[in-house]
Amino acid sequence: MANEVSASGAKSMTLIVTKGTLDWAYPPFILATTAAAMGLDVTMFFTFYGLPLLLKELDPQLSSLGNPAMKMPMLGAHMGLPNLVSMIPGVDRAATTMMKNLMKKKGVASIQELRQLAVEADVRLIACQMTMDLFEYTLADMIEGPELGGAATYIEVATRSQINLFI
Amino acid sequence: MADHSLDLKGLNCPLPILKTKKALKDVAVGDTLEVLATDPGSTADFAAFCRITGNELLEHAEEGGVYRFVLRKVT
Repeated sequence: MANEVSASGAKSMTLIVTKGTLDWAYPPFILATTAAAMGLDVTMFFTFYGLPLLLKELDPQLSSLGNPAMKMPMLGAHMGLPNLVSMIPGVDRAATTMMKNLMKKKGVASIQELRQLAVEADVRLIACQMTMDLFEYTLADMIEGPELGGAATYIEVATRSQINLFI
Repeated sequence: MADHSLDLKGLNCPLPILKTKKALKDVAVGDTLEVLATDPGSTADFAAFCRITGNELLEHAEEGGVYRFVLRKVT
């Protein structure tokens, strides 16, 4: 039977992480590290394009393609990129560099730093077994810490968590 | 004067909270920690952090864009 609280007696939160671009990598790691800092037990379930966020070599990129809301401060205005420009090789890489520089300037943590803080805060990391098979990854490709699991593993944790997010 | 002090000026969400939590590990229960930050969101965030963790927010003030918080470690 599912318990109301986790084994430690603390409140808990789960996050399903489905996206792996630089911008989408931030919300789950920000929320996971902050919840852990506030004393919650946190579990992150990495599936589909979120799974590569567990790779040892972590370098998520931006894609401005099909993202009209992505407007960066430039020359005193906010500028977006038309899809036709986003398609040109090198443009997404340039946009990624620009975003990283902007984040550094504004004191925003890097994704690598946030992931490290999540690991240090004992956030439970579950790598989706099916996605591992699908994209041909093994635990040897991943940082130390993730365990393997599937939908049932996630659901079990979710049933006794107060906050369950899909990102 | 607080027992400990932490300068987090220039850092953005969620780093002020994460670094404060880390620093609290080295603070004895009952002692105080002063935090300086420039993140305007920290006013709401430090209040929420203290409500949830049970630590006491003794003071909060803003001067010239610098936010100053004094926390007493309760748990």
